[in-house]
Amino acid sequence: MSAADLITTTPTREPSRHSLTTRVVIYGLLFLFAFVYLVPLVVMIMTSLKPLDEVTGGNMFALPKHLTFDPWIRAWGEARIGVSDTAGIAVYFWNSIKMVVPAVLISTILGALNGFVLTKWRFPGHKLVFGMMLFACFIPFQSVIIPMAVILGWLGQFGVQLSDSIGFSFGLGNPTVNLVIVHVIYGLGFTTLFFRNYYEAFPTELVKAAMIDGASFFQIFRRVLLPNSTPIFIVTVIYQFTNIWNDFLFGSTYAAGDASPMTVALNNLVNTSTGIVEYNVNMAAAIIAAAPTLFVYIVGGRYFVRGLMAGAVKG
Amino acid sequence: MATLEISSLRKRFGNLEILKGIDISLEKGGFLVLVGPSGCGKSTLLNTIAGLESISAGEIRIGGEIVNDLHPSKRDIAMVFQSYALYPNMSVAENIGFGMEMRGIAKPDREKAIASVAKTLQIEHLLTRRPSQLSGGQRQRVAMGRALVRQPSVFLFDEPLSNLDAKLRVDMRIEIKRLHQQTGATIVYVTHDQIEAMTLATKIAVLKDGELQQVGTPREIYNAPSNLFVADFMGSPSMNLLEGRVSRADGAPKIVIERGDNSPIVASAPASADASKLADGAKVIFGIRPEAVSDSESIDRNAKSAVKFESKVDIVEPAGSDTFVVIHVAGKELTARMRAETDIRIGESHTFAFNLDKALLFDPQTTRRI
Repeated sequence: MSAADLITTTPTREPSRHSLTTRVVIYGLLFLFAFVYLVPLVVMIMTSLKPLDEVTGGNMFALPKHLTFDPWIRAWGEARIGVSDTAGIAVYFWNSIKMVVPAVLISTILGALNGFVLTKWRFPGHKLVFGMMLFACFIPFQSVIIPMAVILGWLGQFGVQLSDSIGFSFGLGNPTVNLVIVHVIYGLGFTTLFFRNYYEAFPTELVKAAMIDGASFFQIFRRVLLPNSTPIFIVTVIYQFTNIWNDFLFGSTYAAGDASPMTVALNNLVNTSTGIVEYNVNMAAAIIAAAPTLFVYIVGGRYFVRGLMAGAVKG
Repeated sequence: MATLEISSLRKRFGNLEILKGIDISLEKGGFLVLVGPSGCGKSTLLNTIAGLESISAGEIRIGGEIVNDLHPSKRDIAMVFQSYALYPNMSVAENIGFGMEMRGIAKPDREKAIASVAKTLQIEHLLTRRPSQLSGGQRQRVAMGRALVRQPSVFLFDEPLSNLDAKLRVDMRIEIKRLHQQTGATIVYVTHDQIEAMTLATKIAVLKDGELQQVGTPREIYNAPSNLFVADFMGSPSMNLLEGRVSRADGAPKIVIERGDNSPIVASAPASADASKLADGAKVIFGIRPEAVSDSESIDRNAKSAVKFESKVDIVEPAGSDTFVVIHVAGKELTARMRAETDIRIGESHTFAFNLDKALLFDPQTTRRI
């Protein structure tokens, strides 16, 4: 589901303006595309609820004869992922959650702060800084993999030194922490862009009023800006959540084995080259992998369109 | 000692000078209105007083203390913004109390202060509402409440009425005036509406292109504008300005206003003008307010000096309380303010009179009043 779908499926309640043929064509196309979009999902759900012999021997579109939740249980806790001894995707699911929640929150808050500074606390050269942050949106991620790996290596060494000297490494060197760092850095360009455009249209007089009221920089940010940023906040969270959750490149590069995020684990499960391919288990795992983004969309989707519009008009 | 003193204040944005040496002072309890066309620097001047904009040179003193480098919240001022600038996520009470909360005033004291201000402004029933649930006039009141609750030495108003409709604007204007009289507050008020300036101010400062044109009481500004800009800007309809020439043919200076085919209007020089500066043949601008132009019968009985002339009537505009009559003199429109029930008709020729006691002369070169 994307923003465009949400807009086009909004019913225009003026049927009288169109002739019958037009209506038949419009609804026909709508149903056709809805069908095309929904069939894979329906097949996935049905397959995940069938026993394996029914999957391999039967029709892909047939309803399950023996409804079973075994594939889901296997996918979650029993299936063998690649060469790992860990059973099921549960561990990787939580890896992803542990990565995505801090990465989304940190990059969103920092983006909001950047947007606040770039619009309401302008400094000489603010345009250049914003331009450079925008540039970050266009960097192909493949080109930064090796430099980033080097930097993460340094951070890891620093972490070892820290834990030797003060007994605590602040998580430096931990694969999940590394992924959080990487995603925060590469998400910052987008989150800054979103918030800058939103705050550009935010009334400056409110900030001035708060200054006269004696509020400090962070008090203005927390008490005046943030409470009035719900739409763009949700847009940014959805955008970042989807991107970071679905990321495969960084996940497969900087985390290995049991520290892998969900996307990598799903690949290892599905692309296994030994034994029987358990399609029903694969389908269940894929749905579990897609569930969190779907959930975030359903909860925040309303605001997503509204926020995108708000950002689009003022740019 | 004045509550607010501004001396040789300058403000530059790069090479562009927005304020070019402003000197104003305002005594305690005074109501200073900064007025001028858009882009004249009046809002910038207000923002520099508030501390929202830095200044390039000069000095601002509030209560005797130099505040040039003080943060806005430390300047003992409160500001009412054009858009009201109420925090949308807070209730009315929270809006009014936000400043006190930031200054760390205890909750019971805050509540007491909020209640007292709400009573003054009659917004007690609105305290729990959000700004989005208020009408324009109510928001305006809340914005004033937020300023009042601080009890500052100087209140700053930035075009506070410009977002209201015409009727509400008049009501709120009266309310602000009443508030000023009740509380004896010291107020600096920015507007581009010269009627607001006239009705509210104890002192008006007219600005143009970052320069002070004139500072004075509303009466001084209206009756004795120091130059053509002030004369033209203040008053509605604006002052009639006619080109004339000085004639000293028979000793005492006379002003001759040529009217093409018609006989010229020859008026003795107004008493306001310095006769010694009127050289024979010099060009002058003759200024007269619409209310000093009348039909010949209803001329002000106290007028010491007047001149009568015939003219054809071009336009009659009944405005209810008055009727404005437009005639053409020397190719320029001239507006006369008549009684509402005047029987002057379009196209008729009529005798008009200038009350020369109220007339002014300006130098066309320097635009200063003579």
